[in-house]
Amino acid sequence: MGMVASLSDYHWLVSIHKPLGILILVLVAIRLVNRLLNPAPSLPDGMPAWQRFVAHTSHVVLYGLMFALPLVGWGMLSAARYPIILYGPLQLPPILPHDAVLYAVLRTAHTVLAFLLFATFIAHFSAALMHALIYRDGVFASMAFWKARAGQRTTGAKDDYIF
Amino acid sequence: MPCMKGDAGWFSPHRLTQARLIDTFEQVNGIYSGFRRNHAKGVCIAGYFESNGQGTRLSKAVVFQPGRVPVIGRFALAGGQPYMADGPKAVRSMALSFRPRDAEEWRTGMNDIPVFAVRTAEAFNEQLLASKPDPATGKPDPAKMKPFLAAHPETARAIQLINAKPFSSGFANATYNSLDAFRFVNATGASMPVRWSMVTAEPFEPEAPDQATAQDKNYLVDALIARVEQAPLQWHLIVTIGQPDDPTNHATTPWPDNREHVDVGTLTIDHIESEAPGNCRDVNFDPLVLPFGIAPSDDPLLSVRSAAYSQSFTRRAGEKKQPSAVQTPDTGMGE
Repeated sequence: MGMVASLSDYHWLVSIHKPLGILILVLVAIRLVNRLLNPAPSLPDGMPAWQRFVAHTSHVVLYGLMFALPLVGWGMLSAARYPIILYGPLQLPPILPHDAVLYAVLRTAHTVLAFLLFATFIAHFSAALMHALIYRDGVFASMAFWKARAGQRTTGAKDDYIF
Repeated sequence: MPCMKGDAGWFSPHRLTQARLIDTFEQVNGIYSGFRRNHAKGVCIAGYFESNGQGTRLSKAVVFQPGRVPVIGRFALAGGQPYMADGPKAVRSMALSFRPRDAEEWRTGMNDIPVFAVRTAEAFNEQLLASKPDPATGKPDPAKMKPFLAAHPETARAIQLINAKPFSSGFANATYNSLDAFRFVNATGASMPVRWSMVTAEPFEPEAPDQATAQDKNYLVDALIARVEQAPLQWHLIVTIGQPDDPTNHATTPWPDNREHVDVGTLTIDHIESEAPGNCRDVNFDPLVLPFGIAPSDDPLLSVRSAAYSQSFTRRAGEKKQPSAVQTPDTGMGE
């Protein structure tokens, strides 16, 4: 966000933004593979259906955005014919042809998706805190690094460290 | 996103941002759909850079290894009006993109003045606002310029230096300077402050006072096109190496003449064509698109240029494109 509103910090912010975006793309791919091989703990039996729906939807949206955002970034730089420098001489090839209008569309999409990701993250984090502090139903513990405490363990929840 | 334009944030609403800076250009010049907000009137060029290898001890950038590197670029006039008439005293620019095969691109934007007029983005913004033509006279109001110059003695000095050097008669026989300082990093890891220039191989001819004719609004570019049709044009890339004490964060301050100058190669321009989809029109000549071996200096204007050019590029990319003032088919003697 500072990138688009700072003249003096623009260069170094953009310079770290690009490799960080690609790093997130790689990490989320690894995470998805891991998640498919190691399914998440099931949600508590007593959880209402609408909460289950919101939880599952938010996960799909988060994965979708974490894939889409860096790919749109890579695509938009390609369409603008900007070099995509990760570090030193290490750069990525363009994935789209040079087209000014395509760049304009993707540039707007990048901003819209970024705000969506920000909003989804805030909503997801708020919901997690609701479970931790208000509902106290073991759902937060199943996301956190530490094991669920005995009193909060729900039936069907795995004891493993989950992240 | 409308809420992003001009926003410096809730805590610092008056801070100058790239959006505000481009807004100033639009305020002073008007909005011309699809065109750059500065250096709006221009023409595309192409050719090659023949590197002589003298630059390899200065920088590890692949572009300085001996050999030929394809180049595309753009000649333009400073100012935000794409249909302005060519005229004396219009600052001319040469923008280039060096494109070595299998190595990083290098982009540079240079002007045919010896120093830049301002040191910071804020000063640039103020100067731009002060130069806005008075609707009554069609000319800048001296009453606005005076307080600006009084507050910026470095600009007054720079303008004196700029006025002391006569402009050449055209694009072809002008020398273009990086103005901002950069750092070259060589293979041993040594970093040195540099500025560079494209020095014309043509003999110098000063501008003639009667050169601008009322009929031909594009007399400078037309002369350039005619010249390229006859024979390719050449410039020498001269790198000036600064001493440790030479200021790298003052684009208004020249370096002493006795600094080491190294000729690292020859630029040949043998093609010229009007702006069109996919050519130089749709390239942003961001001076911070640099290869490994060239790095920014602490010149505050570099990040400013990168941010501002990006803002202008983003705004114009999606706009409906109008034909450029200069129309010429691909002309030249290339291979």
